[in-house]
Amino acid sequence: MIMDSTYILLQQYWWLIVSLLGALLVFLLFVQGGQSLLFTIGKTELQQKMLINSTGRKWEFTFTTLVTFGGAFFASFPLFYSTSFGGAYWVWILILLCFVLQAVSYEYQAKKNNLLGKKTYQVFLILNGVLGPILLGTAVGTFFNGAEFYVNKEQLTEVAMPVISSWATPWHGLEAAFVVWNVCLGAAVFFLARVLALLYFINNINDEEIQKRSHKQLLLETILFLIFFLTFLVHLLVQDGFAVNAGTNEVFMQPYKYLINLIEMPVVLAVLLIGVVGVLFGIGKTLFSATWKKGIWFAGTGTVLTVLALLLCAGWNNTAYYPSIVDLQSSLTIQNSSSSPFTLKVMSYVSILVPFVLAYIFYTWRALDLRKIDSKEMAEEEHTY
Amino acid sequence: MVESIDTSLIDWSRAQFALTAIYHWLFVPLTLGLGIIQAIMETIYYKTGKEFWKTTAQFWMKIFGINFAIGVATGLILEFEFGTNWSNYSWFVGDIFGAPLAIEGVLAFFMEATFIAVMFFGWNKVSKGFHLASTWLTILGATISALWILIANAWMQYPAGMQFNPDTVRNEMFDFWAVALSPVAINKFFHTVLSGWIVGSMFVIGVSSWYLLKKRETKLALSSIKVAAAFGLVASLLTLWTGDGSGYQVAQKQPMKLAAMEGLYEGGNGVGLVGVGVLNPQKKSYNDNVDPFLFKIEMPKMLSFLAERDLNAYVPGITNLIEGGYQTADGTIALSATEKIAKGQQAIQALAGYRKAKKAGDEAGAKAYRATLDENFAYFGYGYIKDPADLIPPVGLTYYSFRVMVILGGFFILLFIIISLQSYKDKFEDKRWLQWVCLWSIPLAYIAGQAGWIVAEVGRQPWAIQDILPTSAAISKLDTSSVQVTFFLFLALFTILLIAEIGIMVKTIKKGANVSEQ
Repeated sequence: MIMDSTYILLQQYWWLIVSLLGALLVFLLFVQGGQSLLFTIGKTELQQKMLINSTGRKWEFTFTTLVTFGGAFFASFPLFYSTSFGGAYWVWILILLCFVLQAVSYEYQAKKNNLLGKKTYQVFLILNGVLGPILLGTAVGTFFNGAEFYVNKEQLTEVAMPVISSWATPWHGLEAAFVVWNVCLGAAVFFLARVLALLYFINNINDEEIQKRSHKQLLLETILFLIFFLTFLVHLLVQDGFAVNAGTNEVFMQPYKYLINLIEMPVVLAVLLIGVVGVLFGIGKTLFSATWKKGIWFAGTGTVLTVLALLLCAGWNNTAYYPSIVDLQSSLTIQNSSSSPFTLKVMSYVSILVPFVLAYIFYTWRALDLRKIDSKEMAEEEHTY
Repeated sequence: MVESIDTSLIDWSRAQFALTAIYHWLFVPLTLGLGIIQAIMETIYYKTGKEFWKTTAQFWMKIFGINFAIGVATGLILEFEFGTNWSNYSWFVGDIFGAPLAIEGVLAFFMEATFIAVMFFGWNKVSKGFHLASTWLTILGATISALWILIANAWMQYPAGMQFNPDTVRNEMFDFWAVALSPVAINKFFHTVLSGWIVGSMFVIGVSSWYLLKKRETKLALSSIKVAAAFGLVASLLTLWTGDGSGYQVAQKQPMKLAAMEGLYEGGNGVGLVGVGVLNPQKKSYNDNVDPFLFKIEMPKMLSFLAERDLNAYVPGITNLIEGGYQTADGTIALSATEKIAKGQQAIQALAGYRKAKKAGDEAGAKAYRATLDENFAYFGYGYIKDPADLIPPVGLTYYSFRVMVILGGFFILLFIIISLQSYKDKFEDKRWLQWVCLWSIPLAYIAGQAGWIVAEVGRQPWAIQDILPTSAAISKLDTSSVQVTFFLFLALFTILLIAEIGIMVKTIKKGANVSEQ
């Protein structure tokens, strides 16, 4: 059984990698949060330009992380890719559409002859800023609250209809928006993105008015974030969860499953607590100090740790990470949806390069951010958004 | 009532993927080609310290940035459409196909995303050397991205390095290098990237020619032409070589595609290559005895030579491939399509039997079914094919697209030779006819690339994965109306963004770099 234990280890490792990518993505949604605050924080054209240039130099990281998150999920858990994307069609299409709008808007909004006018592209950025985090958060909510699908691999032998995954409702994913706990997570992610954006603006832009306005806005966004996040978290800890019988692979409902997961995985619980403290410390110290600008790093790291812990809680410890509420045994688990041991092993070798990638991202980020964005730079620089 | 797939769903799913791919390939080639050209220009600046080259590189980078954004946007949709519209495919081969996409993300996208920020915003923030390295790393990232997605695409044309696992009901990779270094992948990568280099070169030369026609930006235009002409000439000559390699691989791995590319129904020994020819629209079926051509001029024995490296080699036509019975290169007798379909059905039934036997704990029965499955798995996809005629790709579109690509490929070699000579002799500025030709050749470079992709993708129909999975069995179970809505949504969005992109580009070009007097 050496092979089996290696395989199990690889599956757990890849859930960790995918969760880490998801956690980094949520942190990087500060770009979207910043876009949604464009007219709230930027009252003049120059201020709006500074805000757009500030998040505009980071949007590609969010975008790339989203693409890599998708690619890694595809490679490591193809049954999820197949079932969720092909089934929850409309949710994913909406997410994609709003990211397409973002990709062009930064480059095009300030350019002459851009067909739609500057304001339209700025509205696109706001649309992406609002819908992106809410939709992604709502979609991730289905990891804990389930979705309506069937998986039947025998279907492949039915020549007339060989599709193995099918969706149980004609809404094709939109029904997730009618589950209050999914929306609650979506709203929490949205307000977290705005909180992170404000901390990032405070760190990245040297402009007195933007700093003041960001500080002022931070309190409101924090309160809203905490209301939704804590509501979601408390519900998560008391709700029934989708457990897997390790011996039979049967999926069943278990009371307090996610709370039990945290208790049975104390390291994950510690990561969650450190993450939450990090977020609160980053926000709190910024609120109480007008000069301290490092909140984004504490809250950002805290966000990564918190989301990582929640996603690990969704998949590790014999838990179905993508449960089906219409057919429990169709639920996706790390075991029944992963790639083969060979593919996971090959991918694991590639993942060794990830620290190197992170290192050069950190190095270049630092090089570009050594000088903070200010009005002088907006006037002098040749290439600005 | 037995549930069945609506054929209109297959058509609309294909149309949506084709639409996204066509739009994506409007932007990617310019990124690949222009990226290298601007990096060469910045390298000259780094070596000589002349501000002129910095300004010139920066000018082309502006164009690069406008084009890059929309390429990224369409690329995102393309990646996720494998899941949204081809969910069965994603499960059936995700174990193999997903890996290149993930590697693309880790190795290429982050490199592009990180260093493009330095390239655009780092001129006054990092050293000259760091900036130059960032410019090269940006285009290296884009090229590595092309490598992995083309490896994935090549695998669909020639599925290597995998085996079917009936317990998981999917194909699983067992040899990564067979996937990554398959001859089809290598040829496809170089051929495709080189075609992008041609687009980049033609774009730079065409825009520069417009400046010369308008008597503006003369220094920038002539200097840019010098760089792009040499680059384009090398690329177009190498494209000829990789094109030959690609054709050879098609002949070996996808003979039906080759037959469609040539409009060849009745094969034989010493088959000629159609140089010029018009297909007969009355030809409706492979066995209707109607002459497939109204008119054609052949190069004798050339198809045999290009396909098998032997002037007298046997090349099967569409009818031969459907009816079988000819001797293959390895000495075996080719199966007919009907026989292949029967074998495919046997494989599918054996899979069903294997699953049932396993569930019932009947190991002996499972073993027997497994043996039947393994014996017939090479024809698995044929089991989903209803009619042998369904195995023939659209001949007209494949045939004419191939000719458009090849003729334009030849045209570009000739054009780049002329441009290089005139540029080398410093006479380009006086040749207004050549400047007009270059300007109007910009769209031709795009058409050549699109035609190439049509040959590759339309020519392999009905397969999503050659011989293993037809498109009809690869789709997601959706309402046709849903895919119709998203098709028109994407069509409208991409078209609007394309018009916006062209508008911004034209404005930027008209504004110019104002470096002529430097």
